[in-house]
This record gives sequence, C-alpha cells and structure tokens, in this order.
Amino acid sequence: MKQKSRNILVAGEAGQGLVTLSQILTKALVRAGYYLVVTQSYQSRIRGGHNSYALRVSDQEIIAPIETVDLLIALDQKSIDIHMGELAPSGLVVVDENISSKDHDRILRAPFSKLADNKFSNSVALGMVSALLGLKENETNETLRSFFDKHGADATEHNMVSCSAGFDWVMRRGVDFPKLAPPNLQKDRLTLNGNEATALGAIAAGMKFFCFYPMSPATSIATALAEHSAEIEIALEQAEDEISAINMAIGASFSGAPSMVATSGGGFALMTEAVSLSGMTETPVVIVVAQRPGPSTGLPTRTEQADLEFVLHGGHGEFPRAIFAPGNVEQAFHLTRSAFEVANRYNTPVFILTDQFLADSYRSVQCFDLASVNPIDPCANSSAETDPHLTYFLTESGVSPRSFPGMTTNCVRASSSQELVVADSDEHTQDGHLTEDFLIRISMVEKRLRKFQGIKSECVPPDYIGDSEPDLLFICWGSSRGSTIEAAEQLKTEATRVGVLHFSQVWPLVPETFVKKITSAKKTIAVESNATAQFARLIRRETGIEIGASILRYDGLPITPEYIVARI
Amino acid sequence: MVTLAEYGEYETAWCPGCGNHSILKAMKQALVALKLEPHQVLFVSGIGQAAKAPHYLNANVFNGLHGRSLPVATGAKICNPELTVIAESGDGCSYGEGGNHFLAAIRRNPNITMVVHNNQVYGLTKGQASPTSETGFVTKNQPKGAFSEPFNPVEIAVAMNAGFVARGFSGRIDHLAGLIQEAIKHKGFSLLDVLQPCVSFNKVNTFGWYDQRCYNLPDDYDSSNRQEALIRAEEWGERIPVGVLYRNQRPVYEENFPFVMNGPAAKTKVDMRKVSGILDLYR
Ligand SMILES: Cc1ncc(C[n+]2csc(CCOP(=O)(O)OP(=O)(O)O)c2C)c(N)n1
Ligand code: SF4
Repeated sequence: MKQKSRNILVAGEAGQGLVTLSQILTKALVRAGYYLVVTQSYQSRIRGGHNSYALRVSDQEIIAPIETVDLLIALDQKSIDIHMGELAPSGLVVVDENISSKDHDRILRAPFSKLADNKFSNSVALGMVSALLGLKENETNETLRSFFDKHGADATEHNMVSCSAGFDWVMRRGVDFPKLAPPNLQKDRLTLNGNEATALGAIAAGMKFFCFYPMSPATSIATALAEHSAEIEIALEQAEDEISAINMAIGASFSGAPSMVATSGGGFALMTEAVSLSGMTETPVVIVVAQRPGPSTGLPTRTEQADLEFVLHGGHGEFPRAIFAPGNVEQAFHLTRSAFEVANRYNTPVFILTDQFLADSYRSVQCFDLASVNPIDPCANSSAETDPHLTYFLTESGVSPRSFPGMTTNCVRASSSQELVVADSDEHTQDGHLTEDFLIRISMVEKRLRKFQGIKSECVPPDYIGDSEPDLLFICWGSSRGSTIEAAEQLKTEATRVGVLHFSQVWPLVPETFVKKITSAKKTIAVESNATAQFARLIRRETGIEIGASILRYDGLPITPEYIVARI
Repeated sequence: MVTLAEYGEYETAWCPGCGNHSILKAMKQALVALKLEPHQVLFVSGIGQAAKAPHYLNANVFNGLHGRSLPVATGAKICNPELTVIAESGDGCSYGEGGNHFLAAIRRNPNITMVVHNNQVYGLTKGQASPTSETGFVTKNQPKGAFSEPFNPVEIAVAMNAGFVARGFSGRIDHLAGLIQEAIKHKGFSLLDVLQPCVSFNKVNTFGWYDQRCYNLPDDYDSSNRQEALIRAEEWGERIPVGVLYRNQRPVYEENFPFVMNGPAAKTKVDMRKVSGILDLYR
C-alpha cells in the first residue's frame, strides 16, 4: 500500500521546548495546506519525564492518529529507547550528535550545538524537519515569526536564524527522506484542537459566563477563553472549587446569562449535586466533561472514554438531560453551540463529553461558516404567557417560558412587584415556592420529564460511514470516530463490506435512527476507550440489542486504526 | 413609594417564638427604608430553617442547595449588577457546608450582602451541633458535647479584611433593620451575622441569654480601626458586642468585568464580527 501519510514524532523531556516546536510545525503544515492529526502524550509533571507530540500529516484526508513513526525527532536518549520500536522500516531518527546514541543506519546525528545556541535547538529542529518534509523555508520561517512576534524582535530573529541553520544543514547533507506530496488543501484553514474548538463554539453560541476550577484536560478551554473573554465580553472566573463553579454558573444563568463550566471526572463528581439543582430549578447550564482515565485521580494526562455512565447518571433524582460527544474538532465547535441551544430551549443541564485525546488533538479545519450561526438569545424564550410570571408554568411541552430577576418576561427592566422570578430546589408550585403537596409533586415531575420528548425530537442521529449493508459494522462514539473509520477502510475488501456507525450525541438515544443498521449487519463490534463497553451496554439497555463483540482500549492511549485492525 | 405591604405577609413553617420571625420583619423594614422594590431585590438562600426566609416575603428568590447560596448569588450579581443581591441562610449552611465559599466570597468581594441566621445549632435537621455551637454543647447527636472549637465568623471576616462586618441580634428588630440597611448600602461583600434563638433545639443560647449579653457598640466606636475590630470581634461570653464591627473599602469584584456594568448579560448580544476576528487568529 502506498504510504498515505507521514507520522512525525517529537519526543523528549517536558521543558525542552518540544511543545513550542510542535505547535509551530503544526501551524506551518496547516498553513502549507496539509491535513493533520496531532496527538499529545505527556506525563503529569512540569519538567522532566517523557513527553511526545505526534503529528500525522498528509496531502489526503486523514482523521486518526497512527502508531508507526516515520520521523522521530528525539530530544534525548530516552526518546530513542522508548520509540525506536515504533519506527517504520524506512523511518528516520534525528538526534543531537552530543546525545550518546549508538550508531544505527536510521539515526541521523545532527550538530545542534554547532548550528545554534542550546536555547534555540528546538528552532534548529524545526528547520530540519521542514527541510526533510519538503516544506518551503520561507513559509516555516513566516509561521515562526508570527509565533514569536509577541516575544520581541530579538527572540524572533534568533529563532529564525536557528531555523534556517537547521534547514540548510539538511539541504547540504542531502538526507534521503521521502518528501511530502504537494498539498492540495486551500491554505487559509484553521489550526485548532478540540478544547479550542469547544471554547470557540461557546463564544459563537453567545455564552456570557464561564467558570472553572483547573483540572486536566479541561483547563485549556478556560485558557482559550481567557485570551478572548475581554474582547467578546464574557465574564470568566476561576472558582474556589468545582461545586462553586457550577453553582455560580447556575446563578449567572438564572440572572439571564448563557453559562458553561468545564471539568474532568473528579471535578464532575463534585458538580453532580448542582447538576441535579439545574434539573430541578430548570436553570440551563452547559457542562463540559473532558474525560481522563479513572477511577479517582487516575492517569491525569491520558485519555479514556469511561465516564459515559457517570455523566448519564450524575445527579440524584429524575430529570431530562442531553449528552453530546464530539467526534472531531469540527463537531466540538458545532455541538458546543447545539449544547447551548438545547440547554436554553429546555432549561436543563446539557453535557459535552470529550476526552484528553480530542481536547489536545490539533487538526486543520475549514473556517466555520458563522453566517449560519444564531447565538442564543435568552430573552427570546421569555414571552409573556402568564401574569404574574410563573417560573414553573405547566405547559404541554413541559417547557416554561423564562424570565430573569429584575426583568419582565420581555427582558425589559421590571417595574412592578408583580414581575418576580422565584426558583426553588425543593419541590415547588408553579410560582416557585416550596410545597409538600403530593399532587403538585406529581405534576412537576411529569412536567420536567415531558421536556425529554422535545430533547429527543432534536437529537442528532448517528452518522453512518462505509459500504451499504455492511457485513462488519463498527459502533463507536465521541473521539473514537476517526480511528474506527480509518480501520474500517483498511479492513474493507472485495468480499467484506464494512461500515461505521458513529454517535456524536449519546443521550438521548432514539432507536428508530439506528436499530435497523445494527440488526442488518452480519457482525457488530463496539469500539470504545474503556474496559467495560459502556456504550454497547447503553444500547442494549435502550433497545435490547446485544452488540456482538467489542474492541476496547484502556491503557490511557487513544484508539488507533492499527489497534483496531490488530484485534479483528 | 414602597410599603411594607408590598413585601407581603405569609404563613411560615417556623416555630412560634423563633428568632427567624424577627429577622424577617427587620429585613422587610430595611428594604422599605432603602426604598428598594421587590423586583429590584434577589434573595439567594441555601437549605435550612433560615433559608426558607426568602419564601416568606415577596421578592425574586433562588432557593438553592445547602451551603451554596454565595456562589449562586455571586454568579447572579455578575450577570446582572443592577440587582440588589442578598444571600440569606443559617450558620450551618453558611459556615459549615458553605465554609469554603464564605472564605472565597470575602476574598472575591462581590457587591452582595450575606445575612446569616446564627442560632448556633442545626434547626431543620433537628438539633445537631453547628460550626458556631460552643464546645461541649450537648445534643442527641453529640451526647458528650461538641468536641470542636466554635467558628467565629466575624473575627475571621475581619482578619481577612472583609469590606463590611456586622453582628446583630434578632431580639432588637429596629437596630437589626439598621444594620441590614448599612450592609446593603456597603459597596462590596458584607457579612451580617445575626444571633437568633432557636426555641426548639438550643436551650443554652436562649433569647434571655443573648439579651443579657448583647450590648450596642458605642457611638464613638471607630469601625475603620482593624485592631479594635479584632478585639471586639473576639469578645464573646459575658458581653457580646452588636453593631458594625468593621468597614473597609476594597475594589468590587464585578468591576473586573467593565462590560457587565453596561447592563444585564441577558440583553447583550455577541458581536459575530468579533467572533469572526477571533477565528482568524487561528489561521
Ligand atoms: C448536602 C446536604 N447535606 C445535608 C442536608 C441536610 N440539611 C438540611 S438543613 C441542614 C442544617 C441547617 O442548619 P442551619 O444552616 O444552621 O439552619 P437552621 O435550620 O438552623 O436555620 C442540613 C444539615 C442537605 N439538605 N443537603
Ligand atoms: S427549629 Fe429552631 S430555628 Fe427552626 S423554626 Fe424552630 S425555633 Fe426556629
């Protein structure tokens, strides 16, 4: 098979400038017009340890990370020891000649310290990789310049000179490494990772309040928002804990601001009481749960999809919710917007379930079409249906028109004591006051649950990719999308038809949208990054259908096409 | 003109003789005296007997979770600074379950008022020791008496440089109403801890117990003197000072977000041209 992509692995200790190098290279590749899938692998420490940044690049569409390495930029000996086994037969390792590496015909020892000061060795490496891949020197240098601009002219100059030195050294040596095919994508694409896309989706949705308590891998959503919050007029707060974060978001939402919080499993554990509060008081809130392996603190910087059941059931009592699970960066943007819409249309908590792999994975994406984006207008849902306002007005849909304290139902400043908003976490009457009346209790339970029908009616159906009437059907959700699709492509032969059913919304499930697909396939396999096939179990619970087999990964690394193919 | 009538009269679920009734009365008096209309005020409470107070007057209310009134109040205030936001709850709710939020709110300094009904006991759950119960306070759940040292909220608040710290007594309604007004008028976070007898579960700190001990801070008391405030805040036992213990002007939290001062977040629209400009930064 012709090599479809080139997989570049930059590996070394934390603190060696590996992230900077990789980010500039990422951007340079996207700007040049290539497809890209980036996977970050790092340890839970600030300096030292072993980290790597894998950039899979191609002139053709690629959507998954792969394990075989074509070009290893080893910033230390450990990186060679760890990753040599992943090197393709035609692969190449670039390493500083001062690192005492055994001679090997696939190891290229480069005079880093002769080419530039140690401080700039990552820029030297950037120049070398650019030359090896066949990028244009001036394009890489331009990306480097825009990256370092904020660091001052001096830093920019030194880095650019170092980059050129690396570039020239490779050109003079005439290293034998297959160049990338010329790119064919349009050049003005965006370079985004999953968390950045989520942050931008929230901005485009009209979010006005965001609150968090730092926890990997959710924190970079806050970081991305912080860069733009003043300009876009979003109030952003780091709370004293996750309990406060979600309660603040609920308070903000109660007073009329579309609000979001972001956390990971342990932080979500603290939030669950308030998830239930959102359900009971019917105050919308969007909750991002960026999964990492558990239980408890688990593997803080690795990936897993094991919190589906937790997010599905997190919160006591019965109330409706929706759970989105983006499969890639584009979906992270669009589904975050959808999450705000659903939360605000049904006045209930809505989740975005991602994971470390997607959160940190950069891709090149077509710029989003904002013309079709309608930001949330909280005031639009507040038409005057009752006078005085009844927070929990019993309607057929279960949805009560909202009003905000200090404002009338039309979002005009309130002027009379008739225009009040009362919400309660205890069971309440239509006007929001606590009650212990059993009949009212029944009507309120039913009102809240009626909203679920509406949520169901606008549920995103799973998308199907592959041969019609497949013999082999993979079922996956969230970030396992790309790898499963690429594995399916590889497994397809004249005799075997293969398909993938991917769920980007995992709750509610609407059996009519997928049951036929599953029952008509000869063989079904669930692909998930967890140890117990949680999604397959959910499908069985909701439909009675047993998925025949499963391919599961729970070592903390993302699922790859190779991983799937090897287990067929 | 706002009148007491606008704040209404409701049947409560409180025991006859409970200090909560007087705090409610003082609250309504204070709101009327400040000419605040019910729709301009948002009460946020937690869970407990005290936390039901906002249900017994006519105003905007968010009655949330045990211990969580302050985060909700802070979020609501940021997104609509035009509201007068009052967090009102019991001592267990505010200092026990909500202890971390109490400390964070003092540091953050949002322009909200915290009124704590401090009966030194858990009322709604039938008489367990609370964070302010005195060591040795005997209950059915603490038959050997509470082991821990009591939490002194006003001392902690002064020590942390809170903007406004006061203590009131539910037995002195007019004085208390005055303190509530001062607390609401203060720009920034204000704590008003109100001593409140629980006739059902606290047989030690009764109306008489508080009434004998509480004395008003003298007219010449300088509430800007932090050292003096710490001394008075520590005073507890035979004599207990009530009044404004400490005042201190600090930057108000919401002002870190200049745009929120333009009006309620519900009415501001995101500018899609700016969003488009932000997307461009990722090219
Ligand atoms: C998370 C949680 N834990 C416990 C409770 C039960 N609970 C309800 S009220 C209360 C204590 C109330 O005491 P306090 O705040 O002093 O108010 P009081 O009833 O004395 O006015 C407790 C523990 C609860 N509702 N939620
Ligand atoms: S139990 Fe105590 S606090 Fe509760 S209403 Fe009765 S007297 Fe008041």
